[in-house]
Amino acid sequence: MAIAAQQRELAATAGWTAVLHEWTTTVDHKKIGIMYVLMSLVFLVIAGIEALLMRWQLFYPRHDFLPPDTFNQLFTMHGTTMVFFVGMPILIGVGNYMVPLMIGARDMAFPRMNALGFWATFFGGLLVYSSYATGGAPAIGWFAYAPLTEKTFARTAATDLWALGLLVSGVGTLTGGINFIVTILGMRCPGMTLRKIPFFPWTMLWTSVQIVLVIPPLSAALIMVLLDRNLGAHFFDTQNGGSAYLWQHLFWFFGHPEVYILILPAFGMISEVIPVFSRKVLFGYEFMAAATAAIAFISMGVWSHHMFTVGMSKTLDLYFAAASLLVSIPTGIKFFNWLATMYGGKIRFASPMLFAFGFLSMFLIGGLTGIMLAIAPFDFQLTDSYFVVGHFHWVLIGGTLFGLFAGLHYWYPKVTGRMLSERLATWQFWLLFVGFILTFGPMHIAGMLGMPRRIYTYDANRGWDIWNQITTLGAFLQTPSYAIFVINIVWSYFKGPIAGDDPWNAWTLEWSATSPPPSYNFEHIPVVRSRRPLWDLKHPDDPDWKYE
Amino acid sequence: MNSTQAIIHHESTLSPGSILTLNQMGLLAFLVSEASLFSTLLVAYVTFLGRDTIGPTPREALSLPLAMVSSLFLLSSSGTIALAERQLHRGHRRGFQFWWLLTFLLGAFFLAATAYEWNELIHKHQLTISRNLFGTTYYTVIGMHALHVTCGLIAMLIVLSLSFRDQVKSEPGGAVELVSWYWHFVDGIWLVVFSVVYLWGRSA
Repeated sequence: MAIAAQQRELAATAGWTAVLHEWTTTVDHKKIGIMYVLMSLVFLVIAGIEALLMRWQLFYPRHDFLPPDTFNQLFTMHGTTMVFFVGMPILIGVGNYMVPLMIGARDMAFPRMNALGFWATFFGGLLVYSSYATGGAPAIGWFAYAPLTEKTFARTAATDLWALGLLVSGVGTLTGGINFIVTILGMRCPGMTLRKIPFFPWTMLWTSVQIVLVIPPLSAALIMVLLDRNLGAHFFDTQNGGSAYLWQHLFWFFGHPEVYILILPAFGMISEVIPVFSRKVLFGYEFMAAATAAIAFISMGVWSHHMFTVGMSKTLDLYFAAASLLVSIPTGIKFFNWLATMYGGKIRFASPMLFAFGFLSMFLIGGLTGIMLAIAPFDFQLTDSYFVVGHFHWVLIGGTLFGLFAGLHYWYPKVTGRMLSERLATWQFWLLFVGFILTFGPMHIAGMLGMPRRIYTYDANRGWDIWNQITTLGAFLQTPSYAIFVINIVWSYFKGPIAGDDPWNAWTLEWSATSPPPSYNFEHIPVVRSRRPLWDLKHPDDPDWKYE
Repeated sequence: MNSTQAIIHHESTLSPGSILTLNQMGLLAFLVSEASLFSTLLVAYVTFLGRDTIGPTPREALSLPLAMVSSLFLLSSSGTIALAERQLHRGHRRGFQFWWLLTFLLGAFFLAATAYEWNELIHKHQLTISRNLFGTTYYTVIGMHALHVTCGLIAMLIVLSLSFRDQVKSEPGGAVELVSWYWHFVDGIWLVVFSVVYLWGRSA
């Protein structure tokens, strides 16, 4: 404890340059985690503003708020930013902070590589955004279909900067993935066998396995784009025999597992929150664990369901439709286990549980529209329509973002030592919940009425205007919820009630450290005997390890 | 936390049932990602095999004897690096340095052979990266592999200079072991690259 007091004293007396130096040179997993999360929130605001600009353009038919080329740049940057510089880094950030604490370790396995990972992601993001300096961002869509990325069609250096930025941030993501795998496999505290690991680190492990397997193919494909553009290679140059089809395969071989990279950690957070706020153990731990691994494996064999309309053979269509439907089985197992965990529990709707409720109700719907799109003939009708846009936002916001907010509200007291305002959190939740449904619900209808994605405007007589207007209003209704979240985390940091070590009466190891934890996490490395070490500690008369 | 603390905590105990050190696990995870990278490049090579409308084709341009000689350099270096490790394990520093340096030289010969081959291809066969699909994929695959060989050689030089200062130890997960695992991987990948690019490529 003496060291912690010393550090606090040092922080109080040091000037801002010393603080800046401390944060830029830190290799502490907790500080790096915080930097990941804050960076992602900044990019979330940027990408959110891009979305609002697009929504205002689509509010009226034949609206002339944005020129078409600007619109194309905005949807490219919105997608790229949300996937690579919001979704992945914020999950990796929370994982960075929580995983070592939850498995009873003092840091990640490779602290310096951890810092490298953060800075590579950060500068990768800057590199992508520096494309604006070339006179405009790339206008290629986040999945950058060939031959749009060829020099013939994208003449400025914007596309090169985009590819370079993703290559650099890919290195950051990859080092993060390797670090998680080694930390989780190699640094668990005594007694914590793989069968006793908390659920969030378990999902981070499988997300990392996917990162290691699918980020390199994306890097290879980006290298090919750069070689095409700068050395005159012909990978995707269709005029000289190159193949646009190859790019689609390579991109989606990364792109589909990517959505599971984005959802598995959210599953993990939900699996931490629901038991604690239902006062029950996680139902069917082994099945949940196996389902996570199954999702990770199956999702690497389903990528071409993004390509049902490019003219694959019927055999491939059938295989990819069947494989995609298969994912719903382990996902369903998870879903029923969450419900079974809540069943008969003493449920308390504190803010983390509120967001978990949002996750359960919304992710279910996103999952069901996913099953619809996995059926090839259905996809033939609705591919590249607003139905697809509605579907994947429903999964990424209804699933990943709600799950993430559950986790952020759950762990904020641990990170700052202060409680968030429940009143602000409740406002944030309901504005987000209602705004989200209003934004993305009507997209499904507009899609079924034939509205293609990525158009910058539409004619008044198509019957799409009312659905676009509701969508835009929903987007503006969501906006204050993010502002409330930012106000809440800033205000509570200074004024929130003191949290104490274990405000939720939870069971995993991170709650045994002080809030915030000292830089070395644990004075003595803990020894565990069950999946709920703090339950054992609080109830020595009836410990879990007797039953597991 | 400063880096001294970071180093201290590495000596803490490994998780229950762990058979590999952290460094070994980290390197293996990295090599899995490398395998994924090379697989992607090879998929591109195979995809475009026989789709060219202008030459040269792999059969016309690629010289099998030259590739076999350079393969011999690289594959034998896997043996010499193993011998270097054994010498270090027995505590023979001079012996280690000898075999380690020989490994480095064999790797450098391999690179020189690649340079010679590229020179021939560019000037005799007019095969550049922009010439046709074969050139595009060939230079990408071989270039990526050569880049990995180069990185390995740089790592070897660093280890060698550390060895002259007597700072190299034989330990599980130590620099020598990790560089040698990486090197075996680069050799293994070469076997696949050779089979696909030269043998399959020439027969297609």
